[in-house]
Amino acid sequence: MGLLSLDDGGMDVTEVLLPGVGLRYEFTSHRGERVGVVARRTGDFELVVYGAVDPDEGRSVLQLDSEEADTLAEILGAPRIAERFADLTKEVPGLVAGQVEVQAGSAYDGQPLGATRARSHTGASIVAVVRGEEVIASPTPQEVLLGGDVLVVIGTHEGIAGVEQIIRG
Amino acid sequence: MRTPVALLLELGVILAALSVLGTLARRFTLSPIPLYLLTGLAVGEGGIAPVPAAGEFVETGAAIGVILLLLVLGLEFSLPEFAVSMRRHVPSALLDVVLNATPGAAAGWLLGMDGIGVLALAGATYISSSGIVARLLSDLRRLGNRETPSVLSVLVIEDCAMALYLPVLAVLASGGVWWQAILGVLAAVGAVLAAFTLSYRWGHHLGRLVAHPDAEQLLLRVLGLTLIVAALTELVHASAAVGAFLVGLTLTGETATRTRAVLSPLRDLFAAVFFLAIGLSVDPADLVPVLPAALALAAVTLVTKVLTGRYAASRDGVGRRGKWRAGTALIARGEFSLIIVGLAGTLHDTLGPLVTAYVFILAIAGPLLTRLAPSRPGPGADAQEGGALAS
Repeated sequence: MGLLSLDDGGMDVTEVLLPGVGLRYEFTSHRGERVGVVARRTGDFELVVYGAVDPDEGRSVLQLDSEEADTLAEILGAPRIAERFADLTKEVPGLVAGQVEVQAGSAYDGQPLGATRARSHTGASIVAVVRGEEVIASPTPQEVLLGGDVLVVIGTHEGIAGVEQIIRG
Repeated sequence: MRTPVALLLELGVILAALSVLGTLARRFTLSPIPLYLLTGLAVGEGGIAPVPAAGEFVETGAAIGVILLLLVLGLEFSLPEFAVSMRRHVPSALLDVVLNATPGAAAGWLLGMDGIGVLALAGATYISSSGIVARLLSDLRRLGNRETPSVLSVLVIEDCAMALYLPVLAVLASGGVWWQAILGVLAAVGAVLAAFTLSYRWGHHLGRLVAHPDAEQLLLRVLGLTLIVAALTELVHASAAVGAFLVGLTLTGETATRTRAVLSPLRDLFAAVFFLAIGLSVDPADLVPVLPAALALAAVTLVTKVLTGRYAASRDGVGRRGKWRAGTALIARGEFSLIIVGLAGTLHDTLGPLVTAYVFILAIAGPLLTRLAPSRPGPGADAQEGGALAS
């Protein structure tokens, strides 16, 4: 039943295939509640909580269509991503995080990340590429950039400004 | 062009009646299939309100209905999901075949049918209705439950078994001497395996051939291709339904997802027409004598399906209550049992009425019984279970 566990910062999320329907994710909250998320192929989501009497039965708490699920994910997720990078930069004095957008049709739209040689020139690191709802964490130099991508950069103020200059062309 | 007034009127009244019955069924989380069958019986020969003008359309529509049912089934099929199901549930699948096909085969033998009749009846009692069950799990909000993956795995394996069973049955039902039948069966099984390989290795390329950003174009291309392939497979006596299933199998990924969305309303309409046509083809007078046999067969295979579901759930470590839910969820038989009748029903007088009555009983009993299965525990468990029934 359990196919694989996503290792997300120490939290165990079990992923279970629902043939013909989609996927179910399951984890235990810090208060000991078992939480399940059913992701259907149609894009709909269902949030369930498992009871104590019958641990196999999920009580359906929320049913969301894909747009509602996106909104919820944004509300829950967006500040967390920024927070996480902020925490990281706090640990090293002088290090800040910034965001640089790749304009559609600009020099690096369609080019691999490595072609920017951003790190060699500025010393700043591109730690993530945010593409729509997708976040590509620790992108490789082969990762091809697309117009509209937002690069999450960590470095000094000057370094980030440098990356911005390179990407703008 | 002359507008056929009588046809339009009869068809309109039938569809309106189906919609009222469908709404009624959904209110009680029941499948509308039994009611569609009843409507067919009512408007058929010997029924209470014959519809002579719509007969021809219903017959054509039913053929398209079968093709669309199988096409969408093929589209929903995914090899990785099948592989995962097989990894865990080979014993469940074997138990499923032994427990549920045997009563059908035995009944066919007792009723004096020949080999094809026995095979058809065995298939009809074996296969649960993935359409009814999937809908039921979603309606009863059981998708998040731990027993649900076991139920869905059993269904996926059954659907795949159908992919091999239907062409074999179709070839055998089309007659011919034994070596012709063997060659036909080999060709049919070969075609299914080839389609699996094709979809697995080159599915995306095939998808690109029919893919088009415009929904109308996608619909026309897939439907056109499917009907051509279906006609060709029918021509070689391997059943149009099988051809449609093969087309569905070869389309994967994004194309399959979009095609499913585009085809679903069309499938629902023509599937309703198909159920109607099955009811239509059965004379109510033939139904009465097979009722005892249908009831007995339904009672036996109801129990065997519950055992199958309980076993599958226990393999996934599900508890006592969950096992009951899994067992009862699988009871419903439906579209596949009727498709089997559509393939082999003309060969035996009793097969059509028997399976129609059988599906009628289990398509009602399945959803009702699984709602009775233990769920929603709480301090006032009894009162709440009563509430679940009444709601």
